Amino acid sequence: MIRVMLSLLLACFAPLAAAIAPLPFADHAEEARFQQIVQELRCLVCQNQNLADSDAGLASDLRKEVFEMMRGGRSDAQIREFMVERYGDFVLYRPPIKRTTWLLWFGPGLVLLLAAGAIVRIARRRSHALPVDAPGIEDLP
Amino acid sequence: MKHLRFVVPLALFAGLAVLLFAGLGKDTRLVPSPLIDKPAPAYDLPALHDPSRRVTNTQFAGAPYVLNVWGSWCVECRNEHAALTAFAERNLVPVVGLNWKDDGSDAKRWLAKFGDPYDVIPVDADGRVAIDYGVYGAPETFLVDADGIIRFKHVGPLTPALVERELVARISALQGATP
Repeated sequence: MIRVMLSLLLACFAPLAAAIAPLPFADHAEEARFQQIVQELRCLVCQNQNLADSDAGLASDLRKEVFEMMRGGRSDAQIREFMVERYGDFVLYRPPIKRTTWLLWFGPGLVLLLAAGAIVRIARRRSHALPVDAPGIEDLP
Repeated sequence: MKHLRFVVPLALFAGLAVLLFAGLGKDTRLVPSPLIDKPAPAYDLPALHDPSRRVTNTQFAGAPYVLNVWGSWCVECRNEHAALTAFAERNLVPVVGLNWKDDGSDAKRWLAKFGDPYDVIPVDADGRVAIDYGVYGAPETFLVDADGIIRFKHVGPLTPALVERELVARISALQGATP
C-alpha cells in the first residue's frame, strides 16, 4: 500500500522534471560544472529566475548554448563573456565590480556603517548624560 | 549645532527617498543592450517565402535599415503591426523581419491575414541568431546604420509616437550625416 502511495506521489513530480529538457551529460563532473554556470545566469524572460530554474523557451535555448560551448572547450569565463556580450551585465547574478555597480556592491555596507556610527554616537551621549548612580526604574516609587 | 541631529537624518532619508523614487517608474524589463554602437552580428539565413534564397546581414550594407524581430506566436507583434506597417509604407529604409522561432506556415498565414510590412524575412528557426542579437522578448526593433553598426534598440511593441521619436528622427539624422 505504502509503495503504491509513494509511487503516486512521485508521479506527481514527473511533469516538473519533464519541463526542463535533459541534456546528454557525459559524467557527473560535467553536469556539476554546467549547473554551476547556469545557476549564476539570469533568465531574461522571467527575470527573477536563473537559467537553471526557468522553463521559458529562451532559457532552454541558452542552456543548450552553454552546454555546446562547454563541449566546444570554452572556459567558464568565456561562456559568461558570451552571455554578457549579448545581454549585458544584467545576466550575471554576480555583476562585476566597476564604477556603475559600485553603489550596488558597497551601498548596503555603507548604510550599515552609517547606522552603526549613529548608534555608537547616541549610546555614548546617553551614557554621558546619565550618571551611573542615577535612579533606575526599579528604584522609583 | 543642536538642530544638526534633525537635519542629518532628514537629509539621509530624503536622499534615500529620491533614490528609491527614481527607481519606481522604471520598467525593470528593459535591459540596456550592450550591442548599441557595436556591429550588427552576422547571419546567413533562408528567406521565409523562398527557402532556397539566403538572407545575410551584409546585403543591406551602405544604407541604414531596420531589423524587427517577430513571430506569429507573439501577441505584442500583433499589437505593433499597424505602427510598423505605417512606418514601412513610408519607404524611408528597408525593414527586415527576423522571424524568430516560428513555424513557417504559421508565419506565412499570419502575414497573409494581417499584411506583410517586411522587405525581406530571414528565418531564425532555432533562435541562434536572435541570441547573437541579445533578443529576449519579441517584438524587438533594431536600427542599423550604413556601416552596419547598431544605433538603437527597442524592446516591446512600437507605437506611432515611438516610430517618430526613435526611428524616423534617428534615420533622418543618419541620412543627413551621409547623404
